[in-house]
Amino acid sequence: MALFNPATTNKISTGHSAALDFSQPAALDMASGKYVRIWQGPQHPGITGNMALELILDGDTIINCKTHVGYLHRGFEKLMEGRTFIQNFPVVCRIAVPEPAFNEYLYAKAVEEISGIDVPERAEWIRTLNLEMMRLSSFMMWIGGMSGAFGQYTVPNWTISCRDHVLDLFEEMTGGRIYHMYMVPGGVRAGLPAGFKGRAIEVMDSADKLLDQVERVLFNNTVFKARAKGLGVITPDLIDPYGIVGPNARGCGIKRDLRKDEPYLKYDELDFDIITHDDSDAYGRAYLRLQETRQSISLIRQCLERVPSKGAFQADMPNVLHWEVPAGETYVKAECTRGEYGYYMVTDGSEYVRRVHVRGPSYSHGIALMERLAVGNNIADIAGLMVSLHTYPPEIER
Amino acid sequence: MNNITINAEKQATTKAILDRLKKNFEVSDIVECKPGLTTLSVNKDKAETMIRELRDRETYTHLNFMTCTDYIEKNILRLTYMLHNYESKHSLAIHVDINRDQAEMTSIHRLWGQAWTYQRELREMYGIHFPDSPRLEEDFCLEGWDQMPPMRRDFNTAQYSHQTFGHREGRVSENPRQHMKINLYPNRGGDE
Repeated sequence: MALFNPATTNKISTGHSAALDFSQPAALDMASGKYVRIWQGPQHPGITGNMALELILDGDTIINCKTHVGYLHRGFEKLMEGRTFIQNFPVVCRIAVPEPAFNEYLYAKAVEEISGIDVPERAEWIRTLNLEMMRLSSFMMWIGGMSGAFGQYTVPNWTISCRDHVLDLFEEMTGGRIYHMYMVPGGVRAGLPAGFKGRAIEVMDSADKLLDQVERVLFNNTVFKARAKGLGVITPDLIDPYGIVGPNARGCGIKRDLRKDEPYLKYDELDFDIITHDDSDAYGRAYLRLQETRQSISLIRQCLERVPSKGAFQADMPNVLHWEVPAGETYVKAECTRGEYGYYMVTDGSEYVRRVHVRGPSYSHGIALMERLAVGNNIADIAGLMVSLHTYPPEIER
Repeated sequence: MNNITINAEKQATTKAILDRLKKNFEVSDIVECKPGLTTLSVNKDKAETMIRELRDRETYTHLNFMTCTDYIEKNILRLTYMLHNYESKHSLAIHVDINRDQAEMTSIHRLWGQAWTYQRELREMYGIHFPDSPRLEEDFCLEGWDQMPPMRRDFNTAQYSHQTFGHREGRVSENPRQHMKINLYPNRGGDE
């Protein structure tokens, strides 16, 4: 594992240029008639959401790529500065549509840290369960998007349908399918409903079986193998210079996972290992995510066994209209499906937050890294490459 | 709460790094927010050199993000560079105050591949100039924006919205405290 070493990294060949060569490509003579400029997006090209790639082609080979975002910009961070702490809960979950729970959790955690609120153990278990169910739901959607990008349309029907069953569980648990607004400062809004464990285990059993089928149908498919292997290779020396995290980093053997490295909630009491892979190309990253989906099911099963059925699920909190959050500053983070997801919060003692910065992994994966990896690839593979980096534009634009 | 345990050896290493920063870069306002997160302030002129040294010599190799907080009452914009050391599991939030009226800062685009993106965003949202930073003038989120940078505190979102977009029936804003007092707890009286 050749991790980032500024003294030597410039000498490592990545197939493009040295890892620390961040220079922009030279301008091309578009009037020469040799090149074509086309746009990929911003209509929703799959799991990647609304973002656009401005591509310059030489024949069918990409020689320049620029990412354009802003199509989903709603100014979440600005909105939060003008709303009271409790009013921000319906706002934060909308920052990453397929994975809203991490936003809820991190916003709540940041408020709790600055206010010095301790969360009851039962609520911590329920939060861990909720976040792992979110991971499973998000990965199921991603597997569908990845297969679709490579022309495999059977698998998306299976996995999106399985995701719907997980959303049914969310509906039982929180009252909402997509946006739950469930994790509030001090704990969660309610305990688990009666009979939830049994129904959740049924869904996990069917998800486990489904993943076996997905592995047979997708990962042994000749076309998928031929197109995804060798596409968008990430080498270890790129990891820190480009801020690469999560499965994109673990795909090339970097053993980093916040759930293990800096455990939060109940992850230090769960039995799991960090999964890595040798080749972080589109195929390797997809296979790694398949394994992490299985791991997530295992973690959900463990949580279901251990979540207490009795006890407080919320700390004693004042009326939400009278929260007094002292002046302070913190940065909280959690491992989402795409890697480190973080909330940086500054408060000034007033009833409004002074500043919230949302750190999404897509910010570095979807722009600087994407623009680098796209060059040299065939236009037909660009959608697959985008999906393989697992980007969500709303967390770039916030 | 975080279950992070940082052993004594790593704590000592972090303390030694902070001592070196105090000595070499005259950093101030060092605050340990929680185990694994320290904030500090450094002068604008020394910031880039210090960040480079943290990356190259002290293994703070991960740039989590860079962002800005507007302190309009002090006429400053506070840049925050969040660096992380994977070995010691320690993060440093480096604050750099710059004048709001002449918002300019040394670029760090040569240190991390994604840094120019943050700087492009900060130019658009806060009006901060980063000389030599690539594609700085390209629109990031806002196409053809000609108003003041929208993340500055004196940009009034509601006013802009009223002026720019048509009125839609049924859209009303309530002060939650007043609304709940009148509609949900009418008999409770003053709750201040």
